[in-house]
Amino acid sequence: MSDVYVLGIDMIKFGRFPDESPATLGAKAALMALDDAGLNIGDVQALYNGCLLGAGAQVGQQILAQIGQTGIPVVNCANACATGATAFREAWIGVKSGIYDVVLATGVEQMGKAGLLGGGGGRRGISPEGLLGSSTMPAVFAEAGMDHARQYGTTFEQFAKVSVKNHHHSTLNPKSMYQKETPLDMVMGAEMIAYPNTKLMCSVNVDGAAAAVLVSEKKARELGMGRAVKIRASVLTSDPYSESNTHAVRNPDVNTLTRKAAAPAYEMAGVGPDDLNLVELHDCFASAEILHYENLGLVKAGEAGRAIDADETALGGRIPVNVSGGLLSKGHPLGATGIANIYEVSTHLRGEADKRQVQGAQLGLTHVIGLGSACGIHVLEKPAS
Amino acid sequence: MPESPATGEARPLPIVPFLKTAADGKPYLEQTVCSKCGAVFFDPPLACRKCFARDSFSKSPAPSHGELLRYSIVHRSFPGAEVPFVSAVIGFDGGGVLKGNLMGVDPDPAKIKLGSTGETSFQVAPKKDKEGNEYLMYCFRPCQVTA
Repeated sequence: MSDVYVLGIDMIKFGRFPDESPATLGAKAALMALDDAGLNIGDVQALYNGCLLGAGAQVGQQILAQIGQTGIPVVNCANACATGATAFREAWIGVKSGIYDVVLATGVEQMGKAGLLGGGGGRRGISPEGLLGSSTMPAVFAEAGMDHARQYGTTFEQFAKVSVKNHHHSTLNPKSMYQKETPLDMVMGAEMIAYPNTKLMCSVNVDGAAAAVLVSEKKARELGMGRAVKIRASVLTSDPYSESNTHAVRNPDVNTLTRKAAAPAYEMAGVGPDDLNLVELHDCFASAEILHYENLGLVKAGEAGRAIDADETALGGRIPVNVSGGLLSKGHPLGATGIANIYEVSTHLRGEADKRQVQGAQLGLTHVIGLGSACGIHVLEKPAS
Repeated sequence: MPESPATGEARPLPIVPFLKTAADGKPYLEQTVCSKCGAVFFDPPLACRKCFARDSFSKSPAPSHGELLRYSIVHRSFPGAEVPFVSAVIGFDGGGVLKGNLMGVDPDPAKIKLGSTGETSFQVAPKKDKEGNEYLMYCFRPCQVTA
């Protein structure tokens, strides 16, 4: 089977665009990615679009109505916060299978100030929120962090340092929603949302879009390999059985499906975590990033707190994580996130990340997790020069 | 001892389907156990999520005690939920994991001990539905440490 390459990829600057629609945001990213590839929509054989909140609206078709209605097949994906990665992976499958040589993957979300996600009404009887614990996303990921605290003694300060780091990284990323330094006392002293996650330790609800043009090796050779990022692995998992995943009252296991995705991703890529030069992982909350250091094998079990203390995951450290600013500062437009992180890693692998460039980046990994649950991992390799 | 539910004709409704009331009026949490592999559920699936066995479930009261595995002190929640509250996850002795409010402890990280033992307790929920029905809820309480 053919190798698959990212020939063009881009994202719009994340922000709040009340006068736009998911279709116009997605279309802008699509045109940027096509320009990056030196192609137009007439060259594209299939479109895979991810938009979670517009899942029933055929946003993919609406994007084509903005940029060219060529009659190609369109697949619209919704898979919680793994929506964009799912669309990207479906696109990858389309090329990998030999059916297509050029496909487009788009991820878009228009969230506005969506506020708290994950719980609330829509049921008979009375809402269990606040009576049988909390189903909100900040609480769920706070609890997952406290499980790590119980096992390894991880502290509030260590969780908070993740946010200090990612906000610092975002000051170097012009496409990030925010570019503000947030010192440790500011992060720890911010409004407490769900201990140990303060407001500055929660991802930002924003509007955003990202898009990628994926091509076969044959097509990449024809069009030029110079900036073609090789997709070394693409893996998607759903949550396997786990005793601690209690469906009756929302209590997801956010770890196991990432571990179940990481192992085959490394195997498919033929590399290990020590071979990676940068990682964009799903820091929907600061507590989550700590867990995923270990879930992705970047550090040994119980070492995540030490790694953040030692700046190992900061730009310039042993394995920089979320150099884009991450979901905590760049923002988390649900459906766009899983392609935007591939844009970030690809930009470093192409040596085009300017002030935040991870020097000598050869291999990078992207990770998203959507509660429900889904986990998507991609391993990407520097273009052959 | 768990608090007794309200007695009489207008007995509170269970807040979740797995909160049951025994013949003697005492509430309990009903667990569904796969007799093939021992997996414990509070929302019985059609087939076992772990070993896929069908029609092999048995029902029993969940253990009353367990370990505090994780928690969050929730300060921001949805409208109608009184904050702060402690959202806690208990791993029952003998299997099964469940989330609920941790009551009887200050919402202060210094006062909440991960790995400590908690017990299930029952009370009438502090809010009613639109029809004015009362609900019975469960919660967890820290166990008193005996010297």
